[in-house]
Amino acid sequence: MTVCYVAAVRGNMAKAFELANTQVFRRAALPKSYTDLVGRKLFLFLLTMHGLGAFALITLGVIVTKNDVARNVIQPRIRQEIYRAGVALLPMFFFVALALGFLVVGQTVSALAKYGATDFLGYAMVIVVVRELGPLLAAFLVLARVGTAHVIELGTARALGEVEALEALGIDPVHYLIVPRVIGMALGIFSLTVYLIIGALVSGSLFAFLQDVPLTPGDYFKQLAESLSWLDFALLALKSIAFGFFIAIVTCYYGLAQPLRLDDVSRVAVRAVTQGVIVCVMIDALFILLYLVT
Amino acid sequence: MSEKNKNAGDEASLPPIEMRGVSVTAMRDASFTVVEEMDWSVGTGEFWVVAGQEHSGKSDLLMLTAGLMSPAKGSYKLFGNDTKYFGEAELAERLRVGFVFQGGQLFNQLTITENAALPLQYQKNITAAEAAREAQALLNLMELTPLADVTPSNIAANWRQRVALVRALILKPEILLLDNPLAGLGARHLQWWLRFLDELSRGHEWFGGRPMTIVVTTDDLRPWQNPRRKFALLRDKKFIPLGGWNDVESARDPVVKELLAAQLETAN
Repeated sequence: MTVCYVAAVRGNMAKAFELANTQVFRRAALPKSYTDLVGRKLFLFLLTMHGLGAFALITLGVIVTKNDVARNVIQPRIRQEIYRAGVALLPMFFFVALALGFLVVGQTVSALAKYGATDFLGYAMVIVVVRELGPLLAAFLVLARVGTAHVIELGTARALGEVEALEALGIDPVHYLIVPRVIGMALGIFSLTVYLIIGALVSGSLFAFLQDVPLTPGDYFKQLAESLSWLDFALLALKSIAFGFFIAIVTCYYGLAQPLRLDDVSRVAVRAVTQGVIVCVMIDALFILLYLVT
Repeated sequence: MSEKNKNAGDEASLPPIEMRGVSVTAMRDASFTVVEEMDWSVGTGEFWVVAGQEHSGKSDLLMLTAGLMSPAKGSYKLFGNDTKYFGEAELAERLRVGFVFQGGQLFNQLTITENAALPLQYQKNITAAEAAREAQALLNLMELTPLADVTPSNIAANWRQRVALVRALILKPEILLLDNPLAGLGARHLQWWLRFLDELSRGHEWFGGRPMTIVVTTDDLRPWQNPRRKFALLRDKKFIPLGGWNDVESARDPVVKELLAAQLETAN
């Protein structure tokens, strides 16, 4: 019965791809709406990249050229942003580090111990937690908690005319609104990434050793230390700072640089978060290439 | 005569605001022209009232007058400097102009004192406490001291407008631009504003008795009746100087009549 059914299906498929039909299929152009859609998406992508690139360069320019301008205003705002994108998130990161340690590190340690591969433990942890999961998770959490707030605050400020008010007072909106957020988020994500990695590795080891894995804590941390190179530290710092910088750029760009009405703010916030995730993945891919090359 | 004194003398003789053949575009859409080919000259200490219906381009004209955008066509000189070339280097010139937005446009995250003191703190690079101390006198003058520590969303619109005035005056500008400042004000506040602007125009002691050049926009001419003020109308993308109050009252333009409608009804 089953054989008959399979034969019938094959027969029908053969009929479906008879030569004449296949030729018709090959000759037919893609429907215009699809090519339009792809073209529109491509141009939109290029325009967005152009806008984000220009905004990032303008912000960098302001950071460099206005380093000494109105320090009494900007420095407290930077401290405030570091608190918001760093210190204030510590309790949440403590919980996430515990969970990450339990879910990833603890399970990996016990699985490797089961197959007698505990010699690779340090290397596996460095790749999974230090290079990938730690920075990426920290970036996504800060994007969700603080990035969305940036878009909403700046979008509302823009829609209510506060940006024009700053300009009328001779205050550069990029200097006053963007620079503190960019610096605060870059430093915040860098610090939180370090805490998250340390927390995950320590809590993971605790969960693993609670399961009587035949590996002493001393050996575990020794393996970790031997698997880490100076490049890991340098690239971890660069990567987490790059995540912070670009998440802030994307969220501030959508909040400030896009002409907004108040009812646009929620739509733009969703788009900013989506593009923040895409930018993080692109930066991560770039760093994977760097690891492979070096 | 030294070169510096000569330049100062030249500037004193120049009108602080001088526009020749200026076209104004919308602030949020540069492709849309709101005023075409306007000529306008505002002398030191003059008080101008620019009237127009909604969406006639009053706010955009005021933004251009403040040097916040360049004219699409023509030449606009602010204190003798062409605004087409305004950049960071000309910031000092721009700060000689104070701007009060319609509705105030205060910073909602900051308290009233912080709002008032922000321009001072930023431009002079002083601490928040020092700036707040300097702003205190002006806050007192505007009867805002009891509200000093609350945020703008917690006070009435009448008072928000006064905070915007403090913020515009804190750097002691020479020109004050006000976008529809009386819109939505209660009767008591309206009287206070008219009296205070008149004092500024004559020379307020807080500004060393120097008469301030004032330009206001409005969609209701009635409160601005005063023989010392000059009037202009924005209509159909044209800037039409009307003259003094007597000229406004005798104008046959239907838009002017509409902007004076309530008074005419009363007269009838």
